[in-house]
Amino acid sequence: MSTKVVDRPPLTFYERTYLPAILGGLKVTAKHFADTVFKGNSVTMQYPEERWVVPEGYRGAPYLVKDQDGATKCVSCQLCEFVCPPKAIRITTPGADGLTADRKNAEKMPKEFEINMLRCIFCGMCQEVCPEEAIFLQKDYSITGENRESMIFNKEKLLKLGGTHAGVQKWKNKLEEAQAQETFPVDAQ
Amino acid sequence: MEAINYLNPTAQMILFSALKIGVVFGVVMTAVAYAVLVERKVSAWIQNRVGPNRTSPFFIDYLPVIGPFLVKLGIFQPAADGLKFLLKEDFTPNYVRKVYFWLAPAITVIPALLTVAVIPFGSNLGSEKMVIADLNVGILYTFGIVSLGVYGIVLAGYGSNSKYPFLGSIRSTAQMISYEIAMGMSVIPIFILTESLNLSDIIRYQAEHGWMILKQPLAFVIFLIASFAETNRLPFDLPESESELVGGYHTEYSSMKFALFFLGEYANMIASAAMMVTLFLGGWTMPFIDALNLPASSLLLGFVHIGVFFAKMAFFMIVFIWVRWMLPRFRYDQLMDLGWRRFIPLALANIVVTALVVALFNN
Amino acid sequence: MSAPAAPSSTLAPVPAPAVPPVETMTVIVNGKTVQVPKTMPDWQGKPAPTTMLQAAKIAGVDIPHYCYHDKLPIAGNCRMCLVEFGTPMMGPDRKPVLNEDGTPKISRSVLPYEPGTSRGAIACATPISPGMEIYANSKATEQMRESVLESLLINHPLDCTICDQAGECKLQEYSVQHGKADSQFVETKVHKPKAVDLGPRIVLDDERCILCTRCIRFTRDIAGDDALGIVNRGSYNTISAFEPGKFDNNYTLNTVDLCPVGALTSKDFRFKMRVWFLKETKSLCTSCGTGCNITTGSREGVIHRYEPRENDAVNGPWMCDSGRLNYRWVGRADRLKQVLRTAADGTRQPVSWNAAIESAALILTQAPQGSVAFVVSARQTNEELFLLKKLATHTGALTDSVAREGEPDRLLVSEDRNPNSNGVRLIGMAFTEFGFNLTKIAEGIAQGRIKTLVVFGEDVTRVGIGPELLAKLDALIVSDILPNATTAAATLLLPGAAHAEKRGTFVNVKGRLQKFQKAVEAPGEARPEWEFLRELVHSLTGHNGYRTIEGLFNQMATEVPAFAGLEWAQVGDTGVTVQI
Ligand code: SF4
Ligand code: SF4
Ligand code: SF4
Ligand code: SF4
Ligand code: FES
Repeated sequence: MSTKVVDRPPLTFYERTYLPAILGGLKVTAKHFADTVFKGNSVTMQYPEERWVVPEGYRGAPYLVKDQDGATKCVSCQLCEFVCPPKAIRITTPGADGLTADRKNAEKMPKEFEINMLRCIFCGMCQEVCPEEAIFLQKDYSITGENRESMIFNKEKLLKLGGTHAGVQKWKNKLEEAQAQETFPVDAQ
Repeated sequence: MEAINYLNPTAQMILFSALKIGVVFGVVMTAVAYAVLVERKVSAWIQNRVGPNRTSPFFIDYLPVIGPFLVKLGIFQPAADGLKFLLKEDFTPNYVRKVYFWLAPAITVIPALLTVAVIPFGSNLGSEKMVIADLNVGILYTFGIVSLGVYGIVLAGYGSNSKYPFLGSIRSTAQMISYEIAMGMSVIPIFILTESLNLSDIIRYQAEHGWMILKQPLAFVIFLIASFAETNRLPFDLPESESELVGGYHTEYSSMKFALFFLGEYANMIASAAMMVTLFLGGWTMPFIDALNLPASSLLLGFVHIGVFFAKMAFFMIVFIWVRWMLPRFRYDQLMDLGWRRFIPLALANIVVTALVVALFNN
Repeated sequence: MSAPAAPSSTLAPVPAPAVPPVETMTVIVNGKTVQVPKTMPDWQGKPAPTTMLQAAKIAGVDIPHYCYHDKLPIAGNCRMCLVEFGTPMMGPDRKPVLNEDGTPKISRSVLPYEPGTSRGAIACATPISPGMEIYANSKATEQMRESVLESLLINHPLDCTICDQAGECKLQEYSVQHGKADSQFVETKVHKPKAVDLGPRIVLDDERCILCTRCIRFTRDIAGDDALGIVNRGSYNTISAFEPGKFDNNYTLNTVDLCPVGALTSKDFRFKMRVWFLKETKSLCTSCGTGCNITTGSREGVIHRYEPRENDAVNGPWMCDSGRLNYRWVGRADRLKQVLRTAADGTRQPVSWNAAIESAALILTQAPQGSVAFVVSARQTNEELFLLKKLATHTGALTDSVAREGEPDRLLVSEDRNPNSNGVRLIGMAFTEFGFNLTKIAEGIAQGRIKTLVVFGEDVTRVGIGPELLAKLDALIVSDILPNATTAAATLLLPGAAHAEKRGTFVNVKGRLQKFQKAVEAPGEARPEWEFLRELVHSLTGHNGYRTIEGLFNQMATEVPAFAGLEWAQVGDTGVTVQI
């Protein structure tokens, strides 16, 4: 640990009266004042009417997506529920006799999937961890509701808001692969 | 109107005083509200922003051109602000010392309003002097009352029973006491010159002999700077300093109780501005124009005098606001150093020199 | 703790057969010299030559393995345990060749036709020899593991996201520790049947199977039901049940535990909860008198599964399916959740615990000696029985318990279906034969001698004390977990806690005193019985102390002769044997 001591330059008497600082401040503030009032150079964005362009890679609200065939991608692996730092995600698992996936061969999907947008900190961990590319942080940044319950988004809502994300359809591929092999007639559910 | 003349003098005095108090109170409150607006607007402009420009009451639709312009200026914003303060939840944390917590905002705002009582804000309207109480010891009264203001802050800090308010109030106590001394001493030369403590007399003296700022520039500078410290404004806003103490002594306050502190601060600014106008800028008088330099002979002139006073006051208000964006906050030791090692000796020297000059030249 | 020296000590003297001096030999594991016994017990407990894997374990080195299990016959088919090793070099004179510094020269095992390449041996089946060196983390060993994992993954589907085993899968774990990220195999994977219904409790995913045959060996050699086997050849090898859908002995779920991957999964636990959310609590199975040690997996107050916990003195690593699946009642919606008291007008009203304890104390103090009877369940813990015994003694009451019997089997299930019958006997709440006093109690009530009945955890209407007899009582104090005819008739109903909701001890049929821990909270107002019994005993006898289960147990140990000298802390996770 070495600390470098920097000598302060001694102030002249004039400087010690604070006058140069005051005059300098006056100059700067007056310039900005004049700029705004007379030239109309303001940086303010008139929010609801004007909106900013959401940049690529923005981390907005996390939503569930469907694949190009319109099937739910999430398989209820609960990794996102586990990784979510503020525990915003709550998944109700299907159980043995419950819901089977709405696409073949994927075997399961969540019975219910809730994200509490009040708890969510938009960290993106869920998107990062998802092995199925089923959840993405999208561009919504202004999420409002009239009560706490309405801020808990359920599976239906999340899927509707999330839209479609085309990607590798690994379950479909596996199924096609298996069907092409004649050794074991595959009886996919 | 005739009936007034049949009342006995005491009753007349009470009636007119009540009237003046009512009007002055209303004016000061409105001034506070608009001072806040001006502060927000000026701040915004200095920072290349637009400031409040949304509040538009329903009748604006009936005012073409002028209406939208007023909205853009935020003219109705103070009303909305006030309403908001009134309607917000008044939250009292359960660990506070209740009595002091409730008392503190009142103790802050009342002295600030009381100082206004002795300020002559015009010559006269008809036969009524435009000052609520024309005290012989006006200035002493002012200083007495102003120094009460510090109790509000101390109690707020103590009553909140939490560390930021506590630190804020400790700083504020030391700061206000220190600068009160400098402030008090800076005005003594004025009394030496005017030979009176009555503020109306001081104005009369300035009308005859020219403004005090010319005769006592040093006193003016000290008074001006001390009043920044007294009103907790930047660069001396250590008691509040958001960046280190959250909100200082009013951290734990909300709703109307917070609004009272806010009110107190701006009322204090107004009082200080009025005081400076009175002591150094000749109050309601204007040099070189006789009609404006003598007590008003007509109702119209009376109003003009009041207008002059307010214009001068507005100038100081703008200075208060502008300085906020010009200078960064002082460090605590610099603040103390400035107060005790610079201003107090300077003020003392000023007293001695003035006294000597008066003693030598008047005799 | 100094055990009482008196011969009257009831601490079971552990029968100590004269231990023959253990013959040991020296081996070197990862450069560390260890002495290991020449023989060690095999899966049946018979002495067998010590293997490299066992020796490494003694040296504190875990060698990864799939097919090996210390309670199953060795198969040696997965090759995961391959390690590089070396043996002391022998000269032509049959004397060890020495290095210059006098240490024995070691010859590493190499391929005979390719002396530059190490030749590994499977640690699980290779016996050690004196002076052997085992290189459990050498480069060659790591390479062997890498290759074995790569070949295990040739046709593996990598279903981890929908695989119930994920999180406790040895294939995942070893792949992360010893595997590599990519594979040389570009061929299409062989696909096998998925979600095969093997039996009423088991689903098989053949694609995930690594063919370790643990499941086959268990069913054949332990459960004695040769129901599983491998069919087809080469990459088409698949596990299959002899009669599909009929793999249904009472021990099938143990194959799920044994299966190192997610091939065999439990239907009950299927897609229910990911294992990484489960809080594991050491507990006991309460379905029979064997008292199998279990681990309760719960999340946020809901029990999701029981798994056996290894205890060689009781259940080994196994448990039966019926006990394993007997957990759902703990979370049943109709659990008793309210303290209820019959008011003067005959209606039952909710009251506070304090008021309930007060009225119970009042009833029991005012009852004349001999007018009270206790029927307690052998499902209550020793601590609760001990407190109940105090109440019974105080009131001079008749006491008894209720027997619960069923078919035993040859492996674990006991004829006695109560978890704590021996506890009841040792504490003195019933005779050896349960039910001896029940008839007397029924008679006493019929004749009006017995006016107060205290029932803990039993439905007395099923053992001869019918509703008409209960109606004759002045007071019927009942504590139970689930509603039944007796709780319906109670004048004072105290909701109790299931074993997963409290701590305590049981004594199993063989006299093993074991403790269990709390996994979840009791619902509503229900409380562990020992807590309110303690308050009741206190208000009745003024006896104080034992605010904690530990204190209560230690107090009991000083008063109940069979437990003399025991302390809570001393009863480890696997229990101690007491004299029954
Ligand atoms: S973005 Fe972060 S906080 Fe929000 S749901 Fe995903 S993991 Fe949870
Ligand atoms: S969204 Fe992705 S990570 Fe979350 S449960 Fe579904 S598949 Fe798993
Ligand atoms: S058996 Fe293991 S590696 Fe295979 S899919 Fe299941 S969790 Fe993944
Ligand atoms: S099903 Fe499991 S236990 Fe049985 S052979 Fe396959 S991997 Fe081994
Ligand atoms: S564990 Fe040794 S070969 Fe399987």
